[in-house]
Amino acid sequence: MSVGQPVKPETDETLHTSPSIDELVGTGPVVATPLWRVRLRLMRRSLGQNWALFRENKMGMVGLVLIAMFALMAISHPILMATVWDPAIYHPLRGHHAVVQEFTIVEEVTDETTQIELNEARIRLNPFVDVGEVVRIPTQPAPPTLTGEYPHLLGTDNQGRDILSQLLFSTRAAFFLGVVAALTSVVIATTVGSVAAYFGGWIDGGLMRFADLILLMPILPLLIVMSAAMEINMVMLGVIIGILNGFGGVAIVLKSQALSIKVKAFIDAAKVAGGGDWHVIFRHIVPNVLPLTFLYMMFGITEAIAIEATLSFFGLLNVEMSWGLMIHFAQANGYLLSGTTYWWLLFPAGLAVTFMAFAFFLVGRGMDEVVNPRLRAR
Amino acid sequence: MTRFLARRLVQMAVLFVVFLTIVWLLLQAMPGDITNTMVGNPDIPPEVRMDIRERLGLDRPLWQQYLTYLVNFFRGEWGVSFSRYPQPVSNVIWAALPRTLVLFLTATLLAFWMGFKSGKLIAWGRGGTTEQTFIVGGVFLQTVFYPWFAIVMMWLFGFYLGWFPIGRFITAQVWQGSPFNANDMFEELIVTAFVAALVYTIGRQVVRRLATSVVWEGRFRSLLALVSVGGLVLYWYLHPGRTYAADIVHHLMLPVITLGLVTFGATMLLTRSAMLETLEDDYILTARAKGLPDKAIRDRHAARNAMLPVTTSLVLSLAFVIGGGIVTEFVFSWPGMGSLLLEAIRVSDIPLAAAILAMTGVLALFGHLVADILYSVLDPRIRIT
Repeated sequence: MSVGQPVKPETDETLHTSPSIDELVGTGPVVATPLWRVRLRLMRRSLGQNWALFRENKMGMVGLVLIAMFALMAISHPILMATVWDPAIYHPLRGHHAVVQEFTIVEEVTDETTQIELNEARIRLNPFVDVGEVVRIPTQPAPPTLTGEYPHLLGTDNQGRDILSQLLFSTRAAFFLGVVAALTSVVIATTVGSVAAYFGGWIDGGLMRFADLILLMPILPLLIVMSAAMEINMVMLGVIIGILNGFGGVAIVLKSQALSIKVKAFIDAAKVAGGGDWHVIFRHIVPNVLPLTFLYMMFGITEAIAIEATLSFFGLLNVEMSWGLMIHFAQANGYLLSGTTYWWLLFPAGLAVTFMAFAFFLVGRGMDEVVNPRLRAR
Repeated sequence: MTRFLARRLVQMAVLFVVFLTIVWLLLQAMPGDITNTMVGNPDIPPEVRMDIRERLGLDRPLWQQYLTYLVNFFRGEWGVSFSRYPQPVSNVIWAALPRTLVLFLTATLLAFWMGFKSGKLIAWGRGGTTEQTFIVGGVFLQTVFYPWFAIVMMWLFGFYLGWFPIGRFITAQVWQGSPFNANDMFEELIVTAFVAALVYTIGRQVVRRLATSVVWEGRFRSLLALVSVGGLVLYWYLHPGRTYAADIVHHLMLPVITLGLVTFGATMLLTRSAMLETLEDDYILTARAKGLPDKAIRDRHAARNAMLPVTTSLVLSLAFVIGGGIVTEFVFSWPGMGSLLLEAIRVSDIPLAAAILAMTGVLALFGHLVADILYSVLDPRIRIT
């Protein structure tokens, strides 16, 4: 049966007879379209309108493109590992490759990456080398190499592991953490906000006081102390950040939004029609505050990525590899002030965290302008 | 006003007790108890452990332990640090607290002040390349991976350009044979800076009451700034330990700039959007229709109201700034509470870590209270209800 035609009882008879003239023309203005189709169409229309608004914001689009690039990076790692990268060399944790590099022996070292001091060369290689000779030494961390049997586009770390592989591998974890944190916070914030707005009274008061407390909670010190009490992994961290985020600021904002929806006529209609409290909350209030939650999801992801990277930077998380951990290794192994000499140890990971947070933040701001018309450019 | 304050104080006290409860629960969640750390040696007989447990009150029921914890916390008895054994935790914390407070306060206040100024200006001159640059810069500062940013700042200004010393609190070579104590010197710096700030603030209020025109008010204010800052500089110039004081200030600068920049970006962006909202209000149109000068509309009519959401955000960013402070102290080896916390975690000095966590809670609550008072001063509607 095609769309827009009157619904007839589905008996064997109607299925097998050819359509009558009534069915082809329609019997009048009553067109029974299934409810889910109406909902879908409405949703598509509002999505389309919002998308048009969002597209006007150039920064938001930049953010989306950046996120797409990160998604590509996350997908590319398993593919590369399965095809071109030899796991023994390129595995982000267990790979090892000591790149053999040419060094010139000199009296006074001016460039650490291409020169070696005479005494050091005599101790490390053999006592008969002399100034001016070029020697080949396996080095870690090795600078980026584009050629050779096993090229390392971003060099290796001080254990001979490929930086690019670590970078791509960590992207997946960052996405995963962001999604876990965002989903947790949205579920909690919509529930808490809607329940507080719908019931009001002491439930509202209690929940909002608790939200105030969570808002004041110094998250980073708390997580640092928690990491001493238990092993925190990615999932737990995502859930913890999601709870702290969702029960705090986001719940307060969503509650005020839910309050403005609670007084609308369709809520009364739903109640009159016999809808119970929870039915009204989850079928009528929550779907209407949901668009706003996407905005806070974006900011939540930004925060979650930053917190995870900071904790990994301190070396307090139980994670295999992450951008923060890469910087932790560089810092712990004494490359903290190496700056541009060993740029591949500090810059790729630092920039990756920055750009990922930047991308989600930009998308969040773009959404903010869609939700909040006063922010739009005149 | 007093009723508002009293109610707020009671709320804060309740919040703090809840916070302490969370800290206590965290301590309870740790595997084993504190005696496991004390008698790690297997040669120590279990009776000794039981004895210690009894003396520490760990054999009593949980609710009694909880009450004891609360009472002891408020009496300032936070236990003995494991890593600095005979020293009580409170001594260790009191030594580090001023350093953290100074870093935190200077960075926050500077960032807030500058961020508000520049946010106001870019919102006013809407739609130029300056605005775009500031927005991109602000968003970058807000989203940059802070530890990495601090490392890059330290490398660039401390190592490559060599303008500032790399980390730590003092330079050992300068202080060798010095007749002064670094901590006393630091406290004197804080007190004098505080006095100068107080003189400026009070003077500003007096000028606002007495000045007859905006122009004269501006002139008086500049004079006031000159007097208070000049007085501070003169005091330290005549001070016998001025090289040592200069050394401390020199060490303080880079961490403050780094921590401040990040808060600056957030404040600027927020001020901008708050200003944009305010500028669309009807009373701005009225002010324009009255023919008021642009500067008066911007500073007196728009910016004052835009300050409200910015003040709220100051409260919300407190938790963030505290976290940022920990990172700053770690990267710059600034011996404050943040580095202390990380060190305590590394060596499993649980009493110290728990006390520091509780102190950060105090810091956050205190900041919240200050922002609340500020808010009620700015917005009379809060005071009346």
